[in-house]
Amino acid sequence: MNFELPNLMPMLPEMALLGMICFILIADLFIRDENRSVTFVMSQIAVAITAVCILGTSGPSVSLFGDMFTRDAMADILKLMICLSVEIMFVYSSSYLKTRNLFRGEYFVLTLFAMLGMMVLISAGHFLTLYLGLELMALSFYAMIALDRDNARATEAAMKYFVLGALASGLLLYGMSMLYGVTGSLDIAKVASVIDSGQVTEGAPLLFGLVFVVAGLAFKIGAVPFHMWIPDVYEGAPTPVALFIGTAPKFAAFAFFMRLLIGGLHGLVADWQQMLVIMAVLSILVGNVTAIAQTNFKRMLAYSTIAHMGFVLLGILSGSIAGYSAAMYYMAVYVIMSLGAFGMILLLARAGFESDMLEDFKGLNQRNPWYAFMLLLVMFAMAGIPPTVGFYAKLAVLQAALQAGYVWLTVLAVLLSVIGAFYYLRIVKLMYFDEPKQIAPIAPRVDVRLVMSLNGLAMLVLGLMPQSLMSLCTYSIMHSF
Amino acid sequence: MFDGLPLLSLAIWVPIAAGVLVLLTGRDSSPGFSRWLALVGALAGFLVTLPLYTGFNATQSGMQFEEFSSWIPAFNINYHLGVDGISVLLILLTSFTTVLVVIAGWQVIQKKVAQYMASFLILSGVMIGVFAALDAMLFYVFWEAQLIPMFIIIGVWGGPNRVYATIKFFLYTLLGSLLMLISFIYMYHLAGSFEISDFQNLPLGMTAQILIFISFFLAFAVKLPMWPVHTWLPDAHVEAPTGGSVVLAAIMLKMGGYGFIRLAMPIAPDAAHALSGVMIFLSLMAIIYISFVALVQTDMKKLIAYSSIAHMGFVTLGLFIFNLLGFEGAVLQMISHGFVSAALFLCIGVMYDRLHSRLIADYGGIANSMPIFAAFFMLFAMANAGLPGTSAFTGEFTVILATMQANFWYAVLAATTLITGAAYTLWMYKRVVFGEVVNKAVATMEDLNGREILVLGLLAVAVLGMGLYPFPLTHVIQVSSHNLLARILQSKLH
Repeated sequence: MNFELPNLMPMLPEMALLGMICFILIADLFIRDENRSVTFVMSQIAVAITAVCILGTSGPSVSLFGDMFTRDAMADILKLMICLSVEIMFVYSSSYLKTRNLFRGEYFVLTLFAMLGMMVLISAGHFLTLYLGLELMALSFYAMIALDRDNARATEAAMKYFVLGALASGLLLYGMSMLYGVTGSLDIAKVASVIDSGQVTEGAPLLFGLVFVVAGLAFKIGAVPFHMWIPDVYEGAPTPVALFIGTAPKFAAFAFFMRLLIGGLHGLVADWQQMLVIMAVLSILVGNVTAIAQTNFKRMLAYSTIAHMGFVLLGILSGSIAGYSAAMYYMAVYVIMSLGAFGMILLLARAGFESDMLEDFKGLNQRNPWYAFMLLLVMFAMAGIPPTVGFYAKLAVLQAALQAGYVWLTVLAVLLSVIGAFYYLRIVKLMYFDEPKQIAPIAPRVDVRLVMSLNGLAMLVLGLMPQSLMSLCTYSIMHSF
Repeated sequence: MFDGLPLLSLAIWVPIAAGVLVLLTGRDSSPGFSRWLALVGALAGFLVTLPLYTGFNATQSGMQFEEFSSWIPAFNINYHLGVDGISVLLILLTSFTTVLVVIAGWQVIQKKVAQYMASFLILSGVMIGVFAALDAMLFYVFWEAQLIPMFIIIGVWGGPNRVYATIKFFLYTLLGSLLMLISFIYMYHLAGSFEISDFQNLPLGMTAQILIFISFFLAFAVKLPMWPVHTWLPDAHVEAPTGGSVVLAAIMLKMGGYGFIRLAMPIAPDAAHALSGVMIFLSLMAIIYISFVALVQTDMKKLIAYSSIAHMGFVTLGLFIFNLLGFEGAVLQMISHGFVSAALFLCIGVMYDRLHSRLIADYGGIANSMPIFAAFFMLFAMANAGLPGTSAFTGEFTVILATMQANFWYAVLAATTLITGAAYTLWMYKRVVFGEVVNKAVATMEDLNGREILVLGLLAVAVLGMGLYPFPLTHVIQVSSHNLLARILQSKLH
């Protein structure tokens, strides 16, 4: 046996991030409360350095540690998107956290740990790495939701998420163990080759394993019927945490799907396709219909997430490269929209006022036409109305599903999205047609102002020029699978 | 002189850019500046469309002023623009109406002037985009994009029940057009591109054609609107501000007819033939039944809205009897209705600004206090009734004549409009303009000011000009209509 140190460069981003987290964790102990901004800036720099490391070490696909860790184009691009969305999240959340005495080191360290978990998950080539990344991410979330520990709602949400998350992890592990039993390996590539070779004689354990794995996946992405945690968590968690949970992890969840279903279980495509069809239809239906009844903006966004995830599933279940890239594109677009919507809640929130009820948005156009216009763009994008970017995301997904022959599914999805349009329109109605209830001036910091404007205009700019993001997604999928 | 200029792009983007400029420079403290800027933008938008007409070669059947560049290569979607004789007139109508709308909203709109003007300018550019797009996806993007400014226009500056009306308008239209999107994607998989001309040349089986036609029908019939999917229109019209009603009636409804001409009929010609009986039935239903509905309205705007539906019935009737005369008549009817309905809604707007009521019963004897207005109103009411010498006569008469060639009884039924149309319009006119002054406020109403005379005068010239000398219009549409009809008459099945 000869021990050779593998080339660790492909893991540099993760290692650098871990190092910086440890440094921040210790350095934060010596920073006094009034200087907490130092931690904030350090965390932002850490994310930026991670992004630079990813860009600097990108190259052809490689695997490390006996296929435990994979680095390919999809991983790089998803990680970069995560870095970007975490940076934006930091910008949006700082003043909210300050006014609520949550501007503490734990928040930043936990965010970075969750981010590390996502990055590990995205690069996983092995069931164990997958699980490791998943749990690192999830455990950080449980703590972050309960960060405002005197808030009964937040604690309840954290508890709920923890119990359900643990159950889902259990399902996932159980499914993985069955797959291991049948194929004799935890290595995703080997599992795939064993299944493809047709050596598996026991069909039932394989299918059971698949069902459990899909259930675990569905829980993470929040697809019906595994969606119950999303509204409670979104509503209960402090808004910046809800913003975080609603954005960056979606990329990780997408990678999770791709690694397991397409990387590992592609041989069973006919089996998981059926499950995904049912989940996609139910998600779009339940998400859109239930969102209408909400009075809380965060809760409405939660149900809208569920519906959007249905569309992502629509892309994945198409079973083609075009479908996967459409799903990835949809996910990226969804995250940009979601950042804008949650960012606006944070922008309007002030000390003692959450601004998370629908009626808080009344007359926004009269209070500040610019931000009303930004949220209008986000809402029309979520409803999928051209020329905003949301339309192209839906177009790409529907195109892929139609190509795969799911005509009835696309018709159904399209009709249900009309229901969806109603509650997005209601936000526009509140902002533009109603008289304001709040009259407090809206004066966010310069960086928030700038990022929010870019975020809103991105809806329009990416909609008028959708090609770049679309080809980025196609490129990353083409070079990874 | 205009060679090499991307005229169609200018026609689309000049008003949109002007709208954005108005929006960005608009301050509530200086509405005058926004108004003037909007007027300059609207005039510039109108001026750039004029060379489209003067430079148009009416003897050529293909698309003219074409522009082509790649837009979304991943789906082979192109920024492809071009016009034929039919769309060039609709584009002119759009840019002309925008100027009128800006002038008409000059004093009436006091709340958020910049946003109001900007909405109309952006809407104008987007609507021109619908008429100029030769790529189905580009068409679709423009088609849906116009919902956003219209939603805002009705919702912000509309009447008391505006929220209900605008959401109904939005969802109704969205529902109608989404199935069209699926048809587009379906044909994209067969044709490999979203070019409308590729779709037109695409061989399709009967079942596919029927399904595609139905999906188009839902989109265009809602927009036109045809009976029985017309119910959003009276609500939207009643609640919309005057400018919104004008644009809605003069241009947006035409998009439905244009969609049938450009997409539904040439792409699915056999289905169009197979379903022509249904289409003619629905058209006659609109002409006869909706006319009676219009007769009993007490709200003037609602009355004109129903009369619009009845007039649009002539468009579909003319299209689905499949002869050249009918086809041309349908196009003329669209243009003419653009002028007449715009003028009538502006007239109602003039009265509403003074008395703040749209109910017929609140008026009576206006001729005493507003003689100039009464004269203009008379002209447009007569035009709405289809009086010879006005533009409406050209369109309606051509369609009835064409229908006569196809089927005598259809023509008889369609011709009832000459009675019912005259009945509901002139009866309304009589109750509003003549008679005793019942309402004291009517006696104090001031006659038209210079701005209103300018707007109504321009429309009067258009209505009379088109009625007396329609040649400048007919000769532009002739070759294009002939060409399109030949395509529609060609079966795709063999």
